[in-house]
Amino acid sequence: MKVLTLNFLTCAVKTCKASSDSFPLHPKDAELVHDDLEINPQLLVNVLPRLDWTALRTTSTELGFPELPEQPPSAETLEADEAMLKELHNLLVETQMMEGKLVCGHCGHEYAVREGIANFLLPSHLV
Amino acid sequence: MECLIRFSQSHETFRLPEIQALAVVEGIELKVVSYSVESPFCVVRLPSEDAARRLVRRSVLVQSIHEVWGSGTTLDAVHATVVEQTAHLWGRYMTCSFKFTIDSYQRSRSNEDKVRIINSFAYLGFAGPIKMRNPDQEFTLFEDWPFNSTPLGLADPKSYYLGRYLATGARDLPQKLDLKKRRYISTTSMDAELALVTANIALAAPGKLMYDPFVGTGSFPIACAQFGALAFGSDIDGRSIRGDEKKKTLHGNFEQYGLLSELGGVFTADLTNSPIRKMPLGTSGDGVRGRLFDGIICDPPYGVREGLRVLGVRDPEKSPWVIPKGIEMYKQPDFIPPKKPYGFLAMLDDILQFSAQTLVDNGRLSFWIPTANDEDQEIEVPTHPYLEIVAVCTQVFSKWSRRLITYRRIPDAEVDQEAMKARVENTTFLGRTADELNPFRRAYFTGFEA
Repeated sequence: MKVLTLNFLTCAVKTCKASSDSFPLHPKDAELVHDDLEINPQLLVNVLPRLDWTALRTTSTELGFPELPEQPPSAETLEADEAMLKELHNLLVETQMMEGKLVCGHCGHEYAVREGIANFLLPSHLV
Repeated sequence: MECLIRFSQSHETFRLPEIQALAVVEGIELKVVSYSVESPFCVVRLPSEDAARRLVRRSVLVQSIHEVWGSGTTLDAVHATVVEQTAHLWGRYMTCSFKFTIDSYQRSRSNEDKVRIINSFAYLGFAGPIKMRNPDQEFTLFEDWPFNSTPLGLADPKSYYLGRYLATGARDLPQKLDLKKRRYISTTSMDAELALVTANIALAAPGKLMYDPFVGTGSFPIACAQFGALAFGSDIDGRSIRGDEKKKTLHGNFEQYGLLSELGGVFTADLTNSPIRKMPLGTSGDGVRGRLFDGIICDPPYGVREGLRVLGVRDPEKSPWVIPKGIEMYKQPDFIPPKKPYGFLAMLDDILQFSAQTLVDNGRLSFWIPTANDEDQEIEVPTHPYLEIVAVCTQVFSKWSRRLITYRRIPDAEVDQEAMKARVENTTFLGRTADELNPFRRAYFTGFEA
């Protein structure tokens, strides 16, 4: 799944939702894959206000990408900034996590990712 | 300009919602002048020829769209309007190649009649060559006949329209995504035509994020991806997403259609224990406020073939070993978490609540539900104060029918907060066995006996 998806995923355990540590999930032993895709500025501008930028910075660093600026660009700035568009495109759209684990920073639960598909099913004692 | 849309005479209750949704997607001002579910002809007002083309280019239920040149209840009336309204345009088409066609709905004309009718338009004075294949211009006389006009001895249809062809709809698109040729399908895969119509009504478009929480084999994400959206999906059944062999997977379907770049991600999850981030519903916001999706489209389980289950144990007292076993084994990679039956109405309510929390302002929720329960009582269209019903469309089978319900996420400031308070206090869904929880299930298995 594309790295963009990671910005949408938290720990599924209901009691973790109250804690801010449950988001973002932390990739562990992640195997990444890169696809060469045509850049879609319209998608990036559309997605920008929905991103949790702080979480994205964390995820980006944890996956070994160059650090993102502290503040997100505005829509107008982003549209004109070719370099930033390329950077976000590369990180969010062209990079996929294929294998590894996603770990909750609050309860430590590890969600497995296999063949690009993450498993968020919980045993009954966590539901 | 006035245009005539020639619809397919099928899925009649879906036609206007689809075309109205496409007007929203393309940013076109569309006014419907006349429409009936009993006729394939719909007259609309559009700002330009270009708008007409853009309006229908992704429409699965439109055959074609035409510029109206004349109309009436007799041929003489048509000729009068054609002369009055279009004489100033005839000069443009004096020398180009052209052809005339007759499209009679619920009637057939003999060849002699057709030739006679076409020749009655000779006053147009077109001097160019007549070309039957790919002419520069095509003129069609549409005839809307009532049912049984021949035994009734009717001489004229209800109405005639003369139209100049502008553009064709996308009726060949379902063939590309036809289930019969798709690598990986299951008993629950939604047929291509309706999946595409649903994606249109949910406003799927390039740059948008769409999500299906009951993704199965991916029919809805495929339709959304076909229209350029980035599609996400999840399902409680991981095997459904992973499929059987190398190519027979959800991912393989996207590969088959060249839509891999539009697949955002799929994961295994239970909607009632969702890993998708969401904030509590608020009363003000910037239109986003922590929300993610432009559209949510799905076909939730009705509680019949696939069984409606969520994570959890149905009766911990009857099977006390399940929970401790889970605690011991859950970290093993092949652990399968237990599931319990869940109510259909409760699930619908969860879908509405989830959508209210995760759709951006004016985003759309579209889902399918059966029309009636086992006692033939209509299942009420579920409601939520944060979601406004946009369209209810019905697909009729021989013994039952199902509906596509579409909602729009209202901006926080416009929500009736009193209604929200009442909702929070009133939501309880009773029942424990699959039959109690799923009103449709009983009827389905007893063959819809009265």
